[in-house]
Order: sequence, then structure tokens, then C-alpha cells
Amino acid sequence: MPEVEIRQVCLFYGSKQALFDIDLDIGRREVTAFIGPSGCGKSTLLRCMNRLNDLVDNVRVTGSIRLSGGEVLDPTLDVTDLRKRVGMVFQKPNPFPKTIYENVAYGPRILGIKQKARLDEIVERSLHSAAIWEEVKDRLHDNALALSGGQHQRLCIARTIAVEPEVVLMDEPCSALDPIATTKIEELIHELKQQYTIVIVTHNMQQAARVSDHTAFMYLGRLVEFGKTDKLFTTPEKQETEDYITGRFG
Amino acid sequence: MPPLHTDRVYEEELQQLRAKILEMGGLVEKQIGDAMTSLVERNSTLAQAVIARDHTVNYLDVAVDESCTRLLALHQPAGRDLRLIMTSLKVTTDLERVGDMAQNICERALELNEEPPLKPYVDLPRMADWARSMLRESLDAFVREDTELALQVCQRDDAVDKLTADIFHEMLAFMRQDPQAVSRATRLLFIAKYLERIADHATNIAEMVIYMVKGKNIRHISPPPASV
Repeated sequence: MPEVEIRQVCLFYGSKQALFDIDLDIGRREVTAFIGPSGCGKSTLLRCMNRLNDLVDNVRVTGSIRLSGGEVLDPTLDVTDLRKRVGMVFQKPNPFPKTIYENVAYGPRILGIKQKARLDEIVERSLHSAAIWEEVKDRLHDNALALSGGQHQRLCIARTIAVEPEVVLMDEPCSALDPIATTKIEELIHELKQQYTIVIVTHNMQQAARVSDHTAFMYLGRLVEFGKTDKLFTTPEKQETEDYITGRFG
Repeated sequence: MPPLHTDRVYEEELQQLRAKILEMGGLVEKQIGDAMTSLVERNSTLAQAVIARDHTVNYLDVAVDESCTRLLALHQPAGRDLRLIMTSLKVTTDLERVGDMAQNICERALELNEEPPLKPYVDLPRMADWARSMLRESLDAFVREDTELALQVCQRDDAVDKLTADIFHEMLAFMRQDPQAVSRATRLLFIAKYLERIADHATNIAEMVIYMVKGKNIRHISPPPASV
């Protein structure tokens, strides 16, 4: 059974329609990549999954998104609880101007965990899972802003998984990183999918090809093709997909 | 034809790769033709010229390999471009081997020209025409991305195999009748085998064209499918 079932999702910014009848199943503990040219709606669709578009004025979403059977688009749903279940890593790493420890402990504290021993354990486990523990274990109480860009992003991933989400959304997580930091994040994605369902938006098609199990190609707000990543990058079904992945677009 | 690549340099390099394959195919086809002429007309000078020209085929083989390596490293190709490059890597090896077969035919022709003719050549030139036309059509299918033509090439391979078997029996009869004919008949059998191998390489190329166009692998499927 898929972790997230997206059915007939349409999204409007005011009167302008940005997503058209999207149907998609996101597999549990798999990596799903969204690719497509700028403005195709891939980030918008990603943000539907944790209702981040609610923060934008004049946005209207129709259709259904079910997370483990429950309706995400239900207006009575507690979005704070939803965003705990569906975490997000952004394009630009955005650590809080706090210590490394506090960055990771922030979410669990909000959820009411107060015992220091328990928080210590969560911080260590999360930093381990985000493959940054060895680099920061001796300076957990230093300011997080002193870390490098690649470390910032792994810290943000640690912060996201500290609250044990079911799904981790990643919006261009490597676009601000150098190739070595990018490789580390990609290795991390392979590790994380043992425990989490991951959805990644990327402009880097080779990255989508490397890290994902399934890929969705979107164009002008529509889902053009969705399938196994190796198939989509070698023998896509649709001409538009073929033109995009081979760089014959626009 | 698909729309042109947005990266002009990449598009140009892909075109050059196709052009190199075709140049190599044209040269190899001529090598087979000249090799058979040198045999039928007992022209040793021509046979030596064919042997000398084989290094050009080898040079093109290396050039195609290098182009493919460069394209893979610099452009991370996908979809049809990736399939073109994978196809080129295999086709160049087949063409290089066909070039070697033409050279081998000339080596046997030089040996045969030292002795009186065993018989007028009828079946071997016919077989060579078959093999050459299969090669030409597989390359036409490559250029035109024509899977129907490629499939026809695959389906013709059995007829060449049958002709090889006929020549084998004919040569065996010669050898039984006259022990003096054994060395010549053996050499002619070798040539039949080379021609059969050329048809096999043409079939390989045609199979790769189907992969290139449709993304379907029909290699090692016997008999070949009726349609793709």
C-alpha cells in the first residue's frame, strides 16, 4: 500500500491554475523524485503534502491526498501535527541561530519532551542518522551557524528526523552545495529510505536518476509520466519526457 | 526526427558520432566488395590493398570509442541519446570485426591465387552479396531509425547459415574426390565461414538498431520476433 495517495489534485493561485488533476502514489520507504522545468509545479505539489501552500494567500486545492489512509486536505486537520508527520528540508539550509544541540532538540521540545537524557538520546540518534555526528559530537553547544553549507543541510535533515516523521520532503536539497557535500546528502538519502518515505524535488536529473526509485516528470502543471527511475531515464514512454531528459526542451 | 538538442555542442557531437559510424560502415562494405573481387578475379594486388586498408577501419573503431567515452563523461546522456551511444559502442565492434573478416578473405585469396582455380566461384559471391546487403541494410536502418528494415535483416540470417551448410557439403565432395583439392577446398570453406560471420555481425547491428529506436532488446531471441 502506498504511503501517500494523491488523487485528482488541482491547485489554483487565485484564478490561475498551477496543478491539473495529479494522480500519483508515493511508495512507502522509497525515494520518489519530481523532475521538470522551472514552473512546472513540482515544488507546489511537494508543498501540498504538508499543506505548506496554506501559508500562501489565495491558494485553493481540490482533490485528495491521503497519508497512511488519512486525508491531508481535510480543513479540520491539525497542520502542526501533519508537519510533524511530513517533514521538510529546503533548498537553502536554514538552521536556527542556536547551538547545534538546540537545533535538533527544538522539535522534540515543542512536542513536550523535557527530560535531558531523552533529548540527549534523540539529538545523538538524529545527528547519527544524518551522518553528521562524527563531525559535531565535540561541539554540540557551539553555534550552528559556524558550520559549513553542507553541514548546515545535514543538520537540517537531523532536525527534520528528530521528530520521527513518516515522510521527508526535500525541495532541491543540494542545489546550494558543492559536489562533495552533494554526494554526502545523496548517500544519506540512501540510508534514510530504510526508515522514511522520501520525496525529492530536483533540477539535477542525474541526481534524480541516482537517488530515486521512482520518478515523476511534470510539465506545465501536469504529470506527464511516472515510473521506475531506470526505465524513465533509458526508455521513457512519452515523447515530452524523452525530450526533457535528453535536453531537447524549450 | 526529434527536435534538436538545446545544447548545440552536444548535438554536434552526437551527429559526428553517427557520421563516424556511417563512414566506418561504408569503408567496411567496400572492403568486403574488394576482398571478393580479389578472390574471384584472382587479383593479388587488390587483396594486398584491402589488407593494408584495414588499419583505417581500426582507427575509426578507436575514434568511435573515444567519442562515446567523451559523450558519456561530459554529458551524462539519457533516453534516446544514451541508447544511440550504447548502440554505437557495440556497432563499432561489429564493424571492426567485419573489417577483419575482409582482411581474412584476402589472406585466403592470396594463398588460393598461388594455385590453379578449383572451380568457378558461384555460391561464394552470391553469399557475399547477401552478407553485404544485410550489412548495408542494417546501416540504412541505423540512419533511418527503421525498425522494420532492421527486423528484415535479422530474419534473413538463417538463409545465409543455410548457404554455408550447402558450401560445406560441396567442398566435402571435392575433398573426397581429389586429395589434391583439400587445401584449396579448406580455404574456400574458411571464406564461407567468414561470410557467415559477416552476416551475423550485420544481424547484431540490426538488433542494436531496434534497441536504439524502441528500447527493446531482441538479442539472443531465436527465431527473431515477427514485429517489434
